[in-house]
Amino acid sequence: MATTARIQIDGQGPVVALQGFFRRLLEDESLSGVMLPVHLFRHGMPMPTLVTRPDQLDRADPLAPAFPMNSAKLVSRLTRGATGERIAVVMRPCEIRAFIELVKLNQGSLEEVILIGMDCPGAFDNAHYKEFLGDREGMAASVQFHASLSNGGLAGGFELAPACRVCEYPSPHGADMVIGLHGADLGSAIPVMATSARGEALLGAMGLPEESPDDRREKALAALTATRVQARDAMMEQVSARTGTLEQLAEYLSGCVNCYNCRVACPVCYCKECVFNTDVFEHKPWQYLGWAKRKGSLKLPTDTVFYHLTRMAHMSTACVGCGQCSNACPNGVEVVELFRTVAARTQAGFDYLPGLSLDQAPPLTVFKEDEFQDTVSHLA
Amino acid sequence: MNQDFEPAILAFVCNWCTYTAADLAGTSRMTQQPNVRLVRMMCTGMVDPKYVIKSLLSGADGVLISGCHPGDCHYQNGNYKARRRVRLLNEILSQFGIDRRRVRLTWVGASEGQEFAATVNNFINDLRELGPLDSRGLAAL
Ligand code: SF4
Ligand code: SF4
Ligand code: FES
Repeated sequence: MATTARIQIDGQGPVVALQGFFRRLLEDESLSGVMLPVHLFRHGMPMPTLVTRPDQLDRADPLAPAFPMNSAKLVSRLTRGATGERIAVVMRPCEIRAFIELVKLNQGSLEEVILIGMDCPGAFDNAHYKEFLGDREGMAASVQFHASLSNGGLAGGFELAPACRVCEYPSPHGADMVIGLHGADLGSAIPVMATSARGEALLGAMGLPEESPDDRREKALAALTATRVQARDAMMEQVSARTGTLEQLAEYLSGCVNCYNCRVACPVCYCKECVFNTDVFEHKPWQYLGWAKRKGSLKLPTDTVFYHLTRMAHMSTACVGCGQCSNACPNGVEVVELFRTVAARTQAGFDYLPGLSLDQAPPLTVFKEDEFQDTVSHLA
Repeated sequence: MNQDFEPAILAFVCNWCTYTAADLAGTSRMTQQPNVRLVRMMCTGMVDPKYVIKSLLSGADGVLISGCHPGDCHYQNGNYKARRRVRLLNEILSQFGIDRRRVRLTWVGASEGQEFAATVNNFINDLRELGPLDSRGLAAL
């Protein structure tokens, strides 16, 4: 039976209790460091930080409702090639799923990394996190965020990021250890579950008190997931109604300035060099004029719809719905809604669930001789 | 059906099979409609999805990808990879109202000139039924 331990919360609150947990974890001789969000400044953005000295964990805050980037790309950097040492990384469920996708593409490795998954209630996009923070101290604001969620919802008109509102995977899959926030009473204790043999060994060695099992987490998770699925389906229906033709798609994307931030921010856009940044798209002046003459006018910059459709062909089977594309867009183009809607189709088309299993090969890396006969036209 | 509408088709055809078949169809003077532009590829496995997307955004009403029959690909499995890519494209493009019949994959061997001519004729008929793709007049593409 897998271990479930208990992180006791005392008068100093859940953030300090979690810092204590990670300090103790870092004392394990098999670990050289832990990557987790740290408030490096009082009012700034908490950023993923690789901490090797336990005393530097006193501004760590895995409860912060900030999500400045999907850390899968960072963990990919930290694990591409052996160091001979092992680290732990604290990630949201969508970050783990994106990382698993990168591992399948040999852009990361699980060999020397322990994945610690946080149950995730959702987060703000960058602009709203700043607004939410106001002039409060970061860690205090995080505690208030979780308190208001367990008291029926966010106050003051604040809403989670669009991606989080429709995310049906609020609990981690494929982690070595899971920090169970759903259903937990952050005034008393947080359960930690070992979910792999490696996690079991580490957690067992920490000597934490055991947590007696109850179904509070399962219940909270089921209720949250049901709400999310409903919101997701409604969102996809809306997007479909707004993008039923190429013309409508072009209108949906009409604010796009081809900055390609959404591609840079996307953890599963895997190409080393994006074709849209190469000479192929260095058009000549006379080409623009020729294209304009053909139709009478030409929207500039060109190739916007082409870019987005090509990106969908690359990343949609792997899209984990993290919403970093929308978080990075300077023009409020509702990209995560669009990409998730298309991803739902392509993922269903290949029966593929990104990030949930290392054994499921990315659809375009494999083929079978006897499949998809209906995709081939035959003469009647 | 709109008989006046002349659909434009871009066909990415494999050098080893369908291209030869198209040639054969031509030299045997089979009746073929002039709506197709052939792009000779070394294998259907080389047809990048963005070629198809670009074609449709640039005025093609339909895209044909045609290669060797299963088991006959000169690079062993290019045609199987093409099949997955076409499936992917159909899933994406149909979200935006691009009918699955507009992106078509067929296997036509080198000796099948007649089959090639029939494939093209069928495709043209289907596209006449579907009408022009709305990208033709759109400045925003
Ligand atoms: S497309 Fe957007 S939501 Fe999907 S994985 Fe990339 S950044 Fe995340
Ligand atoms: S981030 Fe926004 S503006 Fe930039 S390319 Fe993506 S959709 Fe377009
Ligand atoms: S060589 Fe003809 S399809 Fe591969």
